[in-house]
Amino acid sequence: MSTRSPDVEEFIGKEYQHGFVTDIEADTVPPGLDEKVIRLISGKKKEPAFLLDWRLRAFEHWQTMREPRWPHVHYEPIDYQAISYFSAPKSKDDAPKSLDEVDPKLLETYEKLGIPLHERAILAGVAVDAVFDSVSVATTFKGKLAEAGVIFCSFSEAVQDHPELIEAYLGSVVPYTDNFFATLNSAVFTDGSFVYVPKGVRCPMELSTYFRINAANTGQFERTLIVADEGSHVSYLEGCTAPMRDENQLHAAVVELVAMDGAEIKYSTVQNWYPGDENGVGGIYNFVTKRGDCRGDRSKISWTQVETGSAITWKYPSCILRGADSVGEFYSVAVTNNMQQADTGTKMIHIGRNTRSTIVSKGISAGRAQSSYRGLVKVLPGAHGARNHTQCDSLLMGDRCGAHTFPYVEVKNPSAKVEHEATTSKIGEDQLFYCLQRGISEEDAVNMIVNGFCKEVFRELPMEFAVEAQNLLSVSLEGAVG
Amino acid sequence: MLNIQDLHARVDDRTILDGLSLAVRPGEVHAIMGPNGSGKSTLANVLAGRDGYEVTSGSVTYFGRDLLDMAPEERAREGLFLAFQYPVEIPGVNNAYLLKAALNAVRLHRGEAELDAFEFLAVIKEKMALMHMDESFLNRGVNEGFSGGEKKRNEILQMAVLEPRLAVLDETDSGLDIDALKVVAAGVNSLRSPDRAIILVTHYQRLLDYIEPDFVHVLSAGRIARTGDKTLALDLEERGYDWVQEAASA
Repeated sequence: MSTRSPDVEEFIGKEYQHGFVTDIEADTVPPGLDEKVIRLISGKKKEPAFLLDWRLRAFEHWQTMREPRWPHVHYEPIDYQAISYFSAPKSKDDAPKSLDEVDPKLLETYEKLGIPLHERAILAGVAVDAVFDSVSVATTFKGKLAEAGVIFCSFSEAVQDHPELIEAYLGSVVPYTDNFFATLNSAVFTDGSFVYVPKGVRCPMELSTYFRINAANTGQFERTLIVADEGSHVSYLEGCTAPMRDENQLHAAVVELVAMDGAEIKYSTVQNWYPGDENGVGGIYNFVTKRGDCRGDRSKISWTQVETGSAITWKYPSCILRGADSVGEFYSVAVTNNMQQADTGTKMIHIGRNTRSTIVSKGISAGRAQSSYRGLVKVLPGAHGARNHTQCDSLLMGDRCGAHTFPYVEVKNPSAKVEHEATTSKIGEDQLFYCLQRGISEEDAVNMIVNGFCKEVFRELPMEFAVEAQNLLSVSLEGAVG
Repeated sequence: MLNIQDLHARVDDRTILDGLSLAVRPGEVHAIMGPNGSGKSTLANVLAGRDGYEVTSGSVTYFGRDLLDMAPEERAREGLFLAFQYPVEIPGVNNAYLLKAALNAVRLHRGEAELDAFEFLAVIKEKMALMHMDESFLNRGVNEGFSGGEKKRNEILQMAVLEPRLAVLDETDSGLDIDALKVVAAGVNSLRSPDRAIILVTHYQRLLDYIEPDFVHVLSAGRIARTGDKTLALDLEERGYDWVQEAASA
């Protein structure tokens, strides 16, 4: 690698500079949260004054708030003083040195998902040089993006390099006062991703956190901000198609999307964090605030999510349809197995004229899992001709799980058209037997039926994601029937 | 190939099969007739291994093996095919996908190589022409929105693709108009072969005008009350099932 380009050197260098390796002792903050901790985080990241101010205001507000109790989920109270808030990337000293040190169960899952060996190492957080293959890949992508004028970097880098953009857009969709978890995130977030697509630019590739190596180690309070300027177009893939090696209990992220006139943002998530064991011990609490603002006329924001992980999921990717003729979409597959709980859905807020929204939600429950769809469609007085179509289907496997639907509809404009369809079905004994009688194994049959059920959502995913999502489903539901 | 001895079976604590015996050899076509509730469909489902049908005594051997000991998918892979009376819809799963998975499961079991998409397409197109089926069938959901006739044709298409050793056709003629019946019958006839046996379960003689059986059995109260050749079906048509039932109880 003596002919390594300066770009690569620079990239690797940067990673280390931000990589919390040299300075690891000092980066460990004792558990607990107070103003001092926030000042420390901000100071370590050399943040401009406006950002520290913003964090402190958020913290002040958070202290007046109470944790929401309305979701249809149950968990032991979280001790917020027991969490260490500089939960920055894990040190490479703690990381496994090779794949041999990684939990074999995890590796088995990677294998089932068909993830190439060197990528498995990255996903498992192995501190080996193998990752450099992907670093050069990432660098190539960076070059190509820069040519198009697209900014795609970590949130911390953006704060240093593009503070004016951060100041202009941060909190403009999810204000720091928004909700308990978003407010906490605003006070203590450590990193995340930033994307800016300039006017008229069609982003030349799908952007994925996956290409940003450090994303695999991002802490529990991450923040993503995507701004698509007039007439631009971007597709962003979030997450990991394999379970992250992450012992954190609470994951409180915030995602903000801004689409200006005629801009389009497609945001796809495949999430498979540790769901806890069969008895509900351990697992991630995924309490995430995701919101898109169709700020400009004819703008469009589309959320597609396939969620199979986490012990508890609480999230409602939403669209604020402010611009006239703007479009919001939400396509979701949420799978819960064993003791998992999910309370998820979306909010479509129609403000502009002729705004349209589509909601397709597919919930699959197995084991003793509880899955709820919670959706709000709100049409404000000015939203003449607003239209919404909601379709909400639940599939139950076995007889110990549950599915619930909480649709809320508030219409303040008589010209609006809002439709809601909902179905609940059990995976049919008849369907299963039909497949068995054709020689197909029970496992394959269940996969086939479940994938058929989710088809409308899967076809919204970028091609390579769709395949992985299908594999993921089969891994998650293994042994759910029979 | 199939030997049923003194089979007793019940559904929901109700005895449906009550001492049924039947032997089927390769190449033979057996028609099982009988009034509603005589146990025809139960026999078909017991052979295929459906849940909810409890065999209380008797035996079924299939190529020398205990059929009742085999899982449904294993029976299928061993060449036992059931054409369903009411084929179920599986939304979102396309026909071609299901059929390819089924064919490859069977081929793998036989120790043959799996077919890739192109090879499969070549096989299926030939069989579809046989069943007068449009190619658009392939991309539709399994039985999703199919008419009654389309569903039955689809069953026979699957049979043609899977090439079973023993096919059990459960009321394949029900709900078909005469044109559809002819297509289905022609399909079945083309699949007759010296190493394949077919059991036709039917309520009406009409089907047997198009598919000529070697044996006709009349079921009554869970057992075979009478066996004959195709002329028995014609007698039945004329005299009704009461005649057999009376004869059986006399």
